[in-house]
Amino acid sequence: MKIKNSRGRIVFNVFNFAFLTFTALLCILPFVNLLAISFSNKMPVVAREVTFLPIGFNVAAYQFILESNAFITALGVSVQRTVIGVAVNLILIIFTAYPLSKSDHEFRARKYFSWFFVVTILFQAGMIPLYLVVRYTGLMNSIWALILPGALPVFSMLVVMNYMRSLPQELLEASFIDGAGHFTTLFYIVLPVSTPTIATVALFSLVNHWNSWFDGMVYMNTIDKYPLQSYLRTVVINPEAFFRNATNISEALSRYLGMVNARTTNAAQLFLGMIPILAIYPFLQKYFTTGLVMGSVKG
Amino acid sequence: MKVRTWREIPLYIMLIPGIIFVLIYSYGSMLGVVVAFQKFVPTKGLFGSEWIGFDNFKNLFTMPNIGEVIRNTIVISLGKMAGGIIVPVLFALLLNEIKNQGVKRTFQTLVYIPNFLSWVILAGLFVDILSPSTGIVNQFLGMFGVGPVFFLGDKTAYPITMVVTEIWKGFGFGSVIYLAALTGIDPSLYESAEIDGAGRWKQTLYITLPGIMTTIVLMTVLSMANILNGGFDQIYNTYSPAVYTTGDILDTFVYRLGIQNAQFALSTAAGLFKSVVSFVFIVVSYYLADKVAGYRIY
Repeated sequence: MKIKNSRGRIVFNVFNFAFLTFTALLCILPFVNLLAISFSNKMPVVAREVTFLPIGFNVAAYQFILESNAFITALGVSVQRTVIGVAVNLILIIFTAYPLSKSDHEFRARKYFSWFFVVTILFQAGMIPLYLVVRYTGLMNSIWALILPGALPVFSMLVVMNYMRSLPQELLEASFIDGAGHFTTLFYIVLPVSTPTIATVALFSLVNHWNSWFDGMVYMNTIDKYPLQSYLRTVVINPEAFFRNATNISEALSRYLGMVNARTTNAAQLFLGMIPILAIYPFLQKYFTTGLVMGSVKG
Repeated sequence: MKVRTWREIPLYIMLIPGIIFVLIYSYGSMLGVVVAFQKFVPTKGLFGSEWIGFDNFKNLFTMPNIGEVIRNTIVISLGKMAGGIIVPVLFALLLNEIKNQGVKRTFQTLVYIPNFLSWVILAGLFVDILSPSTGIVNQFLGMFGVGPVFFLGDKTAYPITMVVTEIWKGFGFGSVIYLAALTGIDPSLYESAEIDGAGRWKQTLYITLPGIMTTIVLMTVLSMANILNGGFDQIYNTYSPAVYTTGDILDTFVYRLGIQNAQFALSTAAGLFKSVVSFVFIVVSYYLADKVAGYRIY
């Protein structure tokens, strides 16, 4: 259907397009600026000449960062916590969501267990009590401190539970009639048809683990055990001080000093910290949208 | 009856791991709030310390800056709540007027990005671009003879910066839910309005807005639960003692008191105050969300 455009309509469309372009630029230009700084020589950066294109293009800031052990160590911790963390999250989500997706008739205690989990969304004890529990359970300074306290993300579990509940019951009944038990039904019938939802919550938990920084700073005693985001946090608060320390520690890096300064290396680190998120961004856009819309329909 | 119970056993087995972790870390820390009523000594453990009733709360609410902290928390979170509804709705309405799907998707792709990045990364970004001496924003403002503005170092500017940067981060992705609601509006409504001679503006006012009103109300109601969440990640990574009077919120206050100064009992009391108020708001908001929009988390 072709809608005839009045003159007012055309003017509106032009302004609307211009305004939305401006908004999109507002979201993206800060990153372009940061990227340009990270690839620039330190002289034009100090002289405040760099805007959205690198001046004196070089990758020295990236070499400086990638050759410093601290960054690589932190990256390793992050990868480790994300891989283990997502696996633990998914296992617990699936095993918890399945029983709770049963009807009250099939699983008589369902209601009590549901409330057991939902209460933890409604009331959160706060920072210090959790910190004390982590201390008492002996997790301080261990990678498990970053994984076990949030081992079961209850909200994600509810999303999966609602999805499992919406599956056609005939599918499950057929499986039971064939003599399959709950475990078999879960693995061979329910999971294969739940993959889009599982993918959504897997991405939730991946982003969550990758972006977490506070737990690392609080539960780890030494910087070499910090995940990347916690490590970056110690950098972004005071780039100059960090830069001085880094140059003191490793003399091998001093050959880059002619080209980099605190701002360029800082920009490079921030950008490196974004890469995993940007790499999976197309999936995030797709599945997060589904997850969000799913979360808003009545379960 | 016996067969039925027997059939349920695997379901109980599946629940065991989830129950264990939730019991230890969620319920364990709920138990941990008893610290708020103790003269807590870490080496004596959760139940070995001396009980002192509400003394910690009395001390907390006589602290000179507690009123300020609560006020900052509410001011900043109300600002974020208001902006967090209005801006995404406006953005969704404007984006909905773009008929070319490719162009529309490009805009969406660009504005969703900040939502997925951590506040550590974004704090690093903002500390750089908002810097009064070297940042590109002040450089740009300088071209118009404005500033330099100390966005992160000035008492007046700081809370505004927090609200604006939070909206910047979230408005794009926040519009997803409204865009979904917009696609659910029956197109025949617009056609008949067209025939009745209603212009675009009238159509927006009488068809589009009412069409997404339930969603707007729902999101407003749900955001009420955040009344005492000023945004720890964002503020902790950008604030400094210079802006404590307008930027210090309950969560940052709890953190400094508890983890930096090891005042566990006092800090737990402050945290418990927040948890209890938040609990009331969360329950009321979920109740209202169910009443007005049929929204249920389970």
